[in-house]
Amino acid sequence: MAVVDYQTEQQPAEIAREDVNINDFAIIVATPNGSGSQTANNTILRACFNMGIPVTGKNLFPSNIKGLPTWYSIRLSKDGYQARRHKRDVLVAMNPASFGDDLQSLEPGGICLYPDDSRQELSRSDVTYFPMPVKELVKNSGVDASLRDYIANMVYVGVLAHLVGIEVAEIESALNKHFKGKQKAIASNMNVVNAAVAWAAANISTPSPFRVERMDKTKGMIMLDGNTSGALGSVFGGVSFVAWYPITPSTSLVDALNDYLPELRIDKETGKPTYAVVQAEDELAAIGMIIGAGWAGARSMTATSGPGISLMAEFTGLAYFTEVPCVVWDVMRMGPSTGMPTRTGQGDLLSAYFLSHGDTQHVCLLPASVKECFEFGWRSFDLAERLQTIVFVLSDLDLGMNQWMSEPFEYPTEPMDRGKVLDAEALTAVGDWGRYRDVDGDGIPFRTLPGTNHPKAAFFTRGSGHNQDAKYTERSDEWVANMDRLARKFETARTIVPAPIMVNEENATIGILSYGSNDPAIIEALDRLRELNINAAYQRVRALPFTKEVGEFVAKYERIYVVDNNYNGQMAQLLRMEYPELAGRIIAVASCDGLPLTARWVTESVQKGEA
Amino acid sequence: MATTKATPKPKINLLGFEQGEYKGAPSTLCPGCGHDSISSRIVSVCFELGVQPYQVAKFSGIGCSSKTPAYFLGRSHGFNSVHGRMPSVATGAIVTNRNLIGLAVSGDGDTGSIGMGQFKHLVRRNVPMVYIVENNGVYGLTKGQFSATADIGQKLKYAGLNELPPIDLCAEAIIGGATFVARSFAGDPRQVEALLKAALSHRGLAILDIISPCVTFNNHEDSTKSYAYGKEHEERLHDMTFIRAQEEITVDYEEGEAIPVKMHDGSTIVLKKLENEYDPTNRVAALARLDAARENQEFITGLIYVNQNNNRTIHDLLHMDEQPLSQLSAEQLRPSKEALESVLADLY
Repeated sequence: MAVVDYQTEQQPAEIAREDVNINDFAIIVATPNGSGSQTANNTILRACFNMGIPVTGKNLFPSNIKGLPTWYSIRLSKDGYQARRHKRDVLVAMNPASFGDDLQSLEPGGICLYPDDSRQELSRSDVTYFPMPVKELVKNSGVDASLRDYIANMVYVGVLAHLVGIEVAEIESALNKHFKGKQKAIASNMNVVNAAVAWAAANISTPSPFRVERMDKTKGMIMLDGNTSGALGSVFGGVSFVAWYPITPSTSLVDALNDYLPELRIDKETGKPTYAVVQAEDELAAIGMIIGAGWAGARSMTATSGPGISLMAEFTGLAYFTEVPCVVWDVMRMGPSTGMPTRTGQGDLLSAYFLSHGDTQHVCLLPASVKECFEFGWRSFDLAERLQTIVFVLSDLDLGMNQWMSEPFEYPTEPMDRGKVLDAEALTAVGDWGRYRDVDGDGIPFRTLPGTNHPKAAFFTRGSGHNQDAKYTERSDEWVANMDRLARKFETARTIVPAPIMVNEENATIGILSYGSNDPAIIEALDRLRELNINAAYQRVRALPFTKEVGEFVAKYERIYVVDNNYNGQMAQLLRMEYPELAGRIIAVASCDGLPLTARWVTESVQKGEA
Repeated sequence: MATTKATPKPKINLLGFEQGEYKGAPSTLCPGCGHDSISSRIVSVCFELGVQPYQVAKFSGIGCSSKTPAYFLGRSHGFNSVHGRMPSVATGAIVTNRNLIGLAVSGDGDTGSIGMGQFKHLVRRNVPMVYIVENNGVYGLTKGQFSATADIGQKLKYAGLNELPPIDLCAEAIIGGATFVARSFAGDPRQVEALLKAALSHRGLAILDIISPCVTFNNHEDSTKSYAYGKEHEERLHDMTFIRAQEEITVDYEEGEAIPVKMHDGSTIVLKKLENEYDPTNRVAALARLDAARENQEFITGLIYVNQNNNRTIHDLLHMDEQPLSQLSAEQLRPSKEALESVLADLY
């Protein structure tokens, strides 16, 4: 144990309070994939949250079932920042395979917890080391041998709790939540946590320069991931048909639907489900099914990721042209091709917007928070049915699969909008109708549902040329008239999709425009930029097509930094296309490395541009 | 022989509709196309049975055959979708509204090539509907390429010689778990009608593979999908008579000569055996017969396989209520504010 001796000699027994970092640091837990560290990491996250400290948890995982390195980062931020933090302060190094790199990634003055049987070289002298007797504590706990690997992670929970001051009672409360009150599981985990805390109290005399202290900043807040939020929003939006095909990182959205639908959507009178979920044979079938369902009157949706929307391209054009309402969640990951399937990105913005052959353009919603995932979950159906079109919701892996704290969700503020549907009674009243006639001048036609008991209800739905009465046509004038109407409908969409959010307009000299999960990094960067005397107004776009506010914003500032988490700066490209006369103002700030953006990167990018 | 009481063809049917109410737009297919003959059969069968046209939903993919839903049942909603992927569209619609009477038309290319995956999964899910393959062994709209159902040794002007073995869609359907599988010939209107009636009475997915000659590209002398070949070589497994639930069965056959198959809706198909020992309720025998037909290049037609028991449909599997999803009210679809509060309570 020479290393420990070296530690105790070098480190003071106490650190002056002003030198202690309280509630403003990042913990990184490095483990081999599949080692069951998720419970331990969630426990730390939840316990800090319960102590009133703003926290976010991000899982950086490989496309692998077992063995490859995986990391969980927990950021504590007394100021409430939720973006990925560039710095790593506390390392829990449970993975020998990545130990060297992990150690190098620590900030000077950081601390490193590691299993005491690790044979890794402790190569940095500006780091404080804390070896943990993981094997011994687990062995002593008497837990079943098959569970030892999983429960071993509770050792670092206990040691860390002692070192940085996480309250043990909150750890127990977190485990209670995690195991939904299952006493046996809670007890066997707490057993190890308590043993680890006791061991640490007796054996560690070196203080940690990082500490947590109780705050009151999470009171009334909830914590969950974007996929669960989107699923909940969909459930409250009245989703009645779901077809899907498994693909990371969207699978957990459907998992959440399968969790919540049976709980919330069983009809009280009949005891039967008011929904259907079908696992399709592929993404082509998934979207085909939701189009059939939307056509027949369901609120239908699927959830997928980039490779899925590529496969859905042909059907997307059909939904657009036949004007069938349906919702597609694209939880974006890194492309092209398989790309980095478990890493985040925003590379599908352009492909989703223009998906399919011919002239197509689609309504896309761009949620930036779990709260917005919930809201767009229900709102997407209203928009799809109002506009009679396919609506994309573009989330991403970072938003969808990571843990975010949030204000509680608001119950849908508007009644359900089922759009322009003529039933038998209405058909009798109107007398004459045509499926693709623009009666109201908003480009949105009326439709009937199959099975409507009326001689005039039927129409023929086809992807081939059709006139305003849904009859087959190859006449140029009828084709053009229909495309003109679809364009009018898109202009209507522009006026009813969610408008952008404006931040920090006062005294601003430049603009920052972005969307989706880049939001927390930009919010934090605005503060850093202000410290550098750069005052930036920030517009967060929430939907495509652009509403009028977007054009106004771009026109207002001489330089607009457009922040994208993709390689080509796709939002910047879109803005240049939409506002060619203002294209010179658009400065693309794009990053694509598989990681969520950091405030530091945003700040430095804008600073560089302003220099 | 089984017969029904002879009644003159009524001008109006049970629902009070004239046959004209079941017609569609004029066909744009080549004159003499087998598909048009099948469309006519659909019109007359739906009229005769008194099928409620407003409840019918027609589905198709892409191809000559897939154009035909525009040419029958003009009072019914129709969805001409994308190539090979109509089964998914139909699945979504029929799960959403279980009252719809699904009537799908596809072709050999649409089903046997690009749509093979969806076809197999449609069968697997047992989506209750009638699925007709208008099978001519050739791609018409793209002017004469072989499809996957073309026999070995077939020749086409454009495509030359086919050296690949054919896909037998009936065998694929049976292997996939289909509970109603039939093969017929567009040039045998009586049998097509009897099978269509039985298919509409079936609970679950009914597959009809109908050889339907392409008069433009595949009706030459040595084609196995021509009118002449069909007329000469068709081997009916049985003579079929469809008897509606309301009608009295006047049976006229010796014990063992015919098999009456009771359908789910109370109707009966009486299959008078033409081939001894052929039992269409025996799955293994059905597959063996199809294989023998392939081996000997026989053109067998009739109800190849039927199973009226043990066929859970997708509605059963999803525990669907009688009330279709499409008719749910906003109150049924959106949980209460209290429900949201209770969900959120677990997330604080």
